[in-house]
Amino acid sequence: MYDAQPMSRPMVVSPERAGSRPLVQVLHDWIVTVDHKKLGVMYFSYGILFLVIGGVEASIMRAQLAVANNHLVSPETFNRLFTMHGTTMIFFAAMPIVFGFANYLMPLMIGARDMAFPRLNAWSFWMSALGGIILYFSFIGGSGLYGAGTAPDVGWFAYAPLTSPAFSVGHSTDYWIIGILVSGFGSIGTALNVLTTILCMRCPGMKLYRMPLFAWMNTVMAVLVLVAIGPLTAAQIMLLIDRYLGGHFFDTQAGGSAVIWMHFFWIFGHPEVYILVLPAFAIVSEVIPVFSRKPIFGYSIMVAATVSIGFISLGVWAHHMFTVGMTSYANAFFVASTAAIAVPTGIKIFNWLGTMWGGKIRYSVAMMFCVGFLCQFLIAGLTGIMLSAAPFDWQLGNSYFVVAHFHYVILGGIVMAVFAGVYYWFPKVTGKMLSETLGKWHFWLFVIGFHLTFDFMHIPGLLGMPRRIYTYDASRGWEIWNLIVSIGVIFQVLGILFWVVNLIITFYKGKKTGNDPWDAWTLEWSTTSPPPDYNFATIPVVRSRRPLWDSKHPEDPDWKYE
Amino acid sequence: MCSRSANCGRQNSTGQSQPVKGPAKWALQCAALLCFLAIVSGASASSFAGGPSSTPSIFNPASTPAHDIYHLSLFVIAICLGIFLVVFSLIVYAAVKFRARVSDDGREPPQIYGSNQVELAWTVIPILIVVVLFLAAARVIHAVEDARFPADAIEVTAVGHQFWWEFQYPGYGFITANVLHVPVSDPNHPRPTHITLLSADTDHSFWVPQLAGKIDLIPNRKNEMWIDPHDLGTYVGQCAQYCGVEHAKMLLTVDVQSPEEFERWTQQQKSPAMVSDQVAAGRQVFESNACVNCHTVTGTGANGKFGPDLTHLMSRTTIAAGAATNTQDNLRLWVKEPDAIKPGALMPAMQLEERDVDALVAYLMSLQ
Amino acid sequence: MAATTMAVPQSEMPLSAHMRGKVGMWCLIAAESAIFSIFVVAYLYYAGKSLSGPTPAQVLEVPIFTSICLFSSSLTILVAEKALHIGNIKRFGAFWLLTIVLGVIFLLGTAREWHGLIYEKGLTISTNLFGTTFYSLVGLHAFHVIVGATGLTIIMIFTALGHVRQEHSERIGVFAMYWHFVDAIWVVVLSVVYFITR
Ligand code: HEA
Ligand code: HEA
Ligand code: HEC
Ligand code: CUA
Ligand SMILES: [Cu+2]
Repeated sequence: MYDAQPMSRPMVVSPERAGSRPLVQVLHDWIVTVDHKKLGVMYFSYGILFLVIGGVEASIMRAQLAVANNHLVSPETFNRLFTMHGTTMIFFAAMPIVFGFANYLMPLMIGARDMAFPRLNAWSFWMSALGGIILYFSFIGGSGLYGAGTAPDVGWFAYAPLTSPAFSVGHSTDYWIIGILVSGFGSIGTALNVLTTILCMRCPGMKLYRMPLFAWMNTVMAVLVLVAIGPLTAAQIMLLIDRYLGGHFFDTQAGGSAVIWMHFFWIFGHPEVYILVLPAFAIVSEVIPVFSRKPIFGYSIMVAATVSIGFISLGVWAHHMFTVGMTSYANAFFVASTAAIAVPTGIKIFNWLGTMWGGKIRYSVAMMFCVGFLCQFLIAGLTGIMLSAAPFDWQLGNSYFVVAHFHYVILGGIVMAVFAGVYYWFPKVTGKMLSETLGKWHFWLFVIGFHLTFDFMHIPGLLGMPRRIYTYDASRGWEIWNLIVSIGVIFQVLGILFWVVNLIITFYKGKKTGNDPWDAWTLEWSTTSPPPDYNFATIPVVRSRRPLWDSKHPEDPDWKYE
Repeated sequence: MCSRSANCGRQNSTGQSQPVKGPAKWALQCAALLCFLAIVSGASASSFAGGPSSTPSIFNPASTPAHDIYHLSLFVIAICLGIFLVVFSLIVYAAVKFRARVSDDGREPPQIYGSNQVELAWTVIPILIVVVLFLAAARVIHAVEDARFPADAIEVTAVGHQFWWEFQYPGYGFITANVLHVPVSDPNHPRPTHITLLSADTDHSFWVPQLAGKIDLIPNRKNEMWIDPHDLGTYVGQCAQYCGVEHAKMLLTVDVQSPEEFERWTQQQKSPAMVSDQVAAGRQVFESNACVNCHTVTGTGANGKFGPDLTHLMSRTTIAAGAATNTQDNLRLWVKEPDAIKPGALMPAMQLEERDVDALVAYLMSLQ
Repeated sequence: MAATTMAVPQSEMPLSAHMRGKVGMWCLIAAESAIFSIFVVAYLYYAGKSLSGPTPAQVLEVPIFTSICLFSSSLTILVAEKALHIGNIKRFGAFWLLTIVLGVIFLLGTAREWHGLIYEKGLTISTNLFGTTFYSLVGLHAFHVIVGATGLTIIMIFTALGHVRQEHSERIGVFAMYWHFVDAIWVVVLSVVYFITR
């Protein structure tokens, strides 16, 4: 049950939409804002900006690798490209994008007027933004202003002792460290905020077990951020101590250990990948039910699976280290814990499937992306299982098979879910409907490009091609596969261009839409599109997981069954 | 089972989305996936046919650890393929079967909230599969990591350097570089090679896919691995842990020889460097330059450890860790301008005069 | 439309908006604990692995007095909180000041210890692994004490100027949680550095 008043009220037109105002003033508004919706949009746009930057870096790498013995870029440049690509994509594209979703939607979905700490929210965003700027400043300041054109070249997990002053002279690595450190503070702030909002700001009647799954999955995401970013922060501080104060944490000459850096990094790094994928699950868990016209299948089991993914993911990090020569017991332990994650993840896949089963699926572009997500994430998870069998990983680790695995999860899973989320919530954010025709172009070009690139990327891995090599010899027989992989990128770029064009055209010329274009069930659709500054004129009261279903079907409300 | 049917017609308030034709999409996606699978299996099959090829495919094993892994990998792939086929078919079936038809009456489908039996089934079955996977993996981990060695196993210490390999044969007392020579191991009387892995600078990883899985070489840490190649031949691989600028050109070759050939090779490696008056001029250049600070040539004053041992340079077919073939022209180019062959290699260009270079290369060519 | 609004009993919502300060602080404490645990792990891992001296046994002395000061500051801040809760501003101010003094004594103790270590016993952060891990872990904690003491002092100034009133007791309680956390961490650091590995 929800309070019907906001919907029946006339739309409140806030002043900035009423007429055009000077650009400076608009900018000023955005810069000083503490509104979770504006910050959400800023997080998201910031992430997209870096997605394109990281994508351009990836495209250059693919151009270099398309043929054997290529001389397009120098080895130094190539090493900087993959370092910057990986760092940018993980910390400054994927994280801000998923945080953007959480920021924008969380208060709306739980019937709150803002986040728990609006000013902290703004602070967190600007910290993340600052981190990205520091990282990219390395291009200018890497080896001092005179040696312009250097970026860090230590890889995104920056294994010791390559980061020690002896092997990485100049300041490029310092920019890498400090950029990530600073954005890490931002991430902790956001996670703290999201968690507190969910725990303390729910509207009356919104008990924990009535929250949308979106809120649950972001809860677990926030907890993971809180416990996982700490180790990264600590490790980066230690690295700074090594580099600036002559410490020996990772100094192998003075008895320090290179392996302990790996442990610290992956204690962060593995939960990190679930930090990224849980919000994607969250999006899918909202979109699939609405377009299948059924409630989510097995709500409480989904919650349990999410929580157990959170727990298990804290105990699997060393599957990134199967090749560093751990004892057979340690290896076996991490095989078991890693493979165990397949169980709760499988439960999720099956429950989404169960939600579609017996429904009446409406294929709008958002739903198409969700179905693509399901198929692709399935494959990506299974290649993860192959890697988790430690001996198999002794062959596949650090090969292109791993690169294919994680791009499969990230693009086939996370990015597809993000696209679905954008098509689904864009009408809420702007009041305008994205073009379905352009959307289909976007979907098909991207899916084709994705499969050309990342299906075929597994093969050179199986044929012995290590990652992070700037060139290879034709005699190894990897050339044809690399060529196909590189060609796929063209389609991906086209797909993404269609999307960007769609966003821009719709933003200026899109067709206006109602407050609830998808006939959906969660609270954000009960307020106007775009929502007013205060979200809800009257704080809603809910009695079930699908408050809008209750109000649309008063004769057969959900709360009778829960 | 808590289900109910909603007998309420859907008031399609704004009705934006229409059902789209599904089949075309599915056809394409299936086709893409089938291609992928066909190609993966094709790739492995073709490398089977062609004996020792220079493609280091993991599906063409030639040594026990690689064999064990190969069998495990087939098992794991089969399980994953099975899961994939089942779940993928279900997804496709649901996506096609339950799409809203054009003739739809606009009513909501029955609202189903879940089912405990089904949930139990799809929890228990994966748990069982995971247990099986774990046991299979644990068996191979134990077989490879906890293996025992016969007393006559060959001992080799591999030291990773930016960007080349040092191989020490403590049992024979010599050091060589970049090409690892081992005797073939008869499965009936196995004579494996036990390799101790160390690093002089950053992390590296020893990976020759046809012989064994990779193990990292990490400074201030001792790792171990072993191989027992069953077939004669040359096996290629390369450094598989990012180690700096020229990580890409830190190639690795393993030469598997018959026991006799191997003994002959060790005798030759043990002998001091050739001395020949014809190349005295070149030797003079070598010894009066910084070469001696970084390279060793036994029997001369050159005992540097920073670069590869050059005592028997000409017994290797490549230079600079496989970046170029070992020919007169390449040696010449290498000494004059290492960056032309391997940009970023840690050997400096020595700025010698043409005449000295000629003499020097003649000397290097004499180091049989 | 069926009955729309209804009163939701208070008991249904155990956490509500006025609790958010506490919840937020718990989150911060969780994140900080993660950072500290990594430093503690590094300390334990490198214990006894230094390639050269000095060793902890040679140079470290248990800081009994300053530790007692720090621990008792947790009690004094509790008393101050209680006083504010019932509106006794004077008593609050007195015990708040006492807390600051105890915190500062602890910091001075650390400063003295470090001075001795560096100038008399020749242990710096780059001497050996012990030096690196010791100064990092103890320093990280000391940094938190400094931040805490600064916060305490700011509140003290506001108290002196008469801006702190009974209704601020909840917020000040949130800040006090941080101070308690800093004390609790010292229990861990103290036992790891001065007892377990010495
Ligand atoms: C972002 C998201 C993400 C996600 C969700 C995952 C999910 C998984 N990953 Fe992946 N992974 C990465 C991102 C991700 N990964 C990245 C970025 C790297 C490399 C970092 C780097 O080196 O740069 C990496 C690397 C990586 C490695 C290390 C490889 C190496 O470097 O040597 C391993 C090894 O075990 C692994 C395993 C897994 C497993 C088992 C899962 C599981 O969670 C998958 C579970 C899902 C399924 C299994 C499918 C659905 C389940 C069913 C249908 C049920 C039935 C199935 C069974 C019973 C098996 N991953
Ligand atoms: C969120 C994470 C993410 C994402 C989205 C991507 C996306 C892509 N990645 Fe990335 N990748 C990583 C995370 C990610 N990657 C990580 C962590 C590593 C490891 C790094 C390391 O080893 O240290 C890695 C490494 C990595 C490698 C291995 C490098 C190596 O080991 O040598 C390769 C090689 O092909 C690659 C390729 C790609 C490609 C082709 C895409 C494409 O999908 C990108 C597609 C997007 C675009 C192309 C952008 C769209 C652009 C436009 C629309 C531009 C038009 C432009 C204008 C109009 C200005 N990636
Ligand atoms: C600063 C140290 C240094 C000096 C001085 C130096 N080298 Fe080298 N040399 C190296 C290193 C390091 C390598 C390995 C490069 C690689 O493969 O990445 C090498 C490789 C070589 C090789 C190839 C060996 C092989 O088997 O791959 C030859 C030949 C060689 N050097 C000859 C010389 C000669 C001749 C000189 C003097 C004129 C010289 N070097 C001076 C460091 C040095
Ligand atoms: Cu050595 Cu990579
Ligand atoms: Cu992982």
